[in-house]
Amino acid sequence: MKGISRRRFLAASVIGGAATTLTMSKKAMGAGTFEGYPEGMGVLVDLTRCVGCRSCEAACNKEQKLPEPAMPFDDPSVFDQTGHGGQKRRPDENAYTVVNRYDPPGANHPLFRKLQCNHCNEPACLTSCFVSAYTKTREGAVVYNEKVCVGCRNCMIACPFQIPAYSYSSAFDPVIKKCIFCYDTRLKYGKPPACVEACPQGVLTFGHRKELIKIGQDRIKARPDRYVDHIYGETEVGGTGWMYLSGVPFEQAGFDTTLGKEPIISNVKEFLSTVPMVLAIWPALFTGFHLLARKKGHADEDHSHESQEDEKS
Amino acid sequence: MDKKSTLKWLAWGMLIAGFFMASPLWGNAGEIPESLELQSLSELYEGVSFDHLLHMDMVGNCAACHHHGTGDPVEDENCARCHSYSKDTEVVSCGSCHPLEPFSPEYLREKEMDANRYHRDMPGLKAAYHQSCLGCHNEMGGPTGCQDCHPRTEAGDALFRAGAYAPESGAAAGHH
Repeated sequence: MKGISRRRFLAASVIGGAATTLTMSKKAMGAGTFEGYPEGMGVLVDLTRCVGCRSCEAACNKEQKLPEPAMPFDDPSVFDQTGHGGQKRRPDENAYTVVNRYDPPGANHPLFRKLQCNHCNEPACLTSCFVSAYTKTREGAVVYNEKVCVGCRNCMIACPFQIPAYSYSSAFDPVIKKCIFCYDTRLKYGKPPACVEACPQGVLTFGHRKELIKIGQDRIKARPDRYVDHIYGETEVGGTGWMYLSGVPFEQAGFDTTLGKEPIISNVKEFLSTVPMVLAIWPALFTGFHLLARKKGHADEDHSHESQEDEKS
Repeated sequence: MDKKSTLKWLAWGMLIAGFFMASPLWGNAGEIPESLELQSLSELYEGVSFDHLLHMDMVGNCAACHHHGTGDPVEDENCARCHSYSKDTEVVSCGSCHPLEPFSPEYLREKEMDANRYHRDMPGLKAAYHQSCLGCHNEMGGPTGCQDCHPRTEAGDALFRAGAYAPESGAAAGHH
């Protein structure tokens, strides 16, 4: 009677474990095939048009009620600022978007590049967050819930674009800060984000992501002399909501061109899919081994033997 | 209550729309304006008094700025693919084609409903002005600073945190 129930228990746990593993790996397999919500919005950033006026930065500051900047937004000296290791400016808790200047070799004028969250189709920040603070909304924004953020900063490490920033200035309630595509105040209502509306040069084109890819392709086709034949973000890390067109090779404008097409989750999904298997099967398996090994010699009087052995030793 | 306020907004909308539709008097052929007041950005910047005559004299060719004149054939090869036999257009003002709000949900919907639309990547009026003006000024050595053409208003200073609204730490502020 005892043996049967034990066998049943073992069998059930193995089957259960296998089922869990299968369903989990199926889910993990699904990653990398998601191409964004059909109605997902995005922005096409045309670097050939940007003149570095920083209207987008000023508009973002106002819309998101960010703190006063160190310098006026029309002060071009920020373009010469560098951080640790000569790094150019990056978005932080005080600025969800920044414009940097690059001087590509051979070009007779500087190139300006706006940086902000790219709102990935499959955000690495979202997959790395163990409290599920992040959400990819059906409108295309990657937003986060400050109330559940525990400040682990996994997303800062996971993001391939180094976007999420941390409110280090807050001593008691530090949280992650980043561009949210003006979700709460604008995108939710179908309106373009503040930076897009502020841009005087038409650098930023707001629309459905699918439509923006067509527009980008058309621009490249119409002016092959003007553009590099690539839309950065169309396929990078599984596709991003914000995409870029450039007149110079993307590396020269500070882009990481080594990211590949797979979403960041794909790099770890094989490993992660074995975790539930290990958790579910190993305890049952090794309990089974243990029980089998003990059962061999002494049939039913395990306990008495054990206690005798204990006394001897 | 709700209905009333909707009506009010509608009335305002129609009034404003009517204003914009009525303003381009120069749309008719033969009435080329000598100067124009460009006001679409007038919240953050003062309007631009655009000396049309001066620019006409300098450029000498309407199609260099306007895609087409009212009588001449189109010059741009890409336009000519479809428009070489198009009838003369009655309007040449920028605002008659380039929308004031190119990313409003209504405009985006309208664009996407029209499956045969070729001009789906048309810059808004603000972008059209800036690309055209600044593009040429860059090439020809014209003024390119924002305030060279339109001084900022007080609201503009407040947005840019400049002038009277400059941060107190100002120039002394070193960046971390």
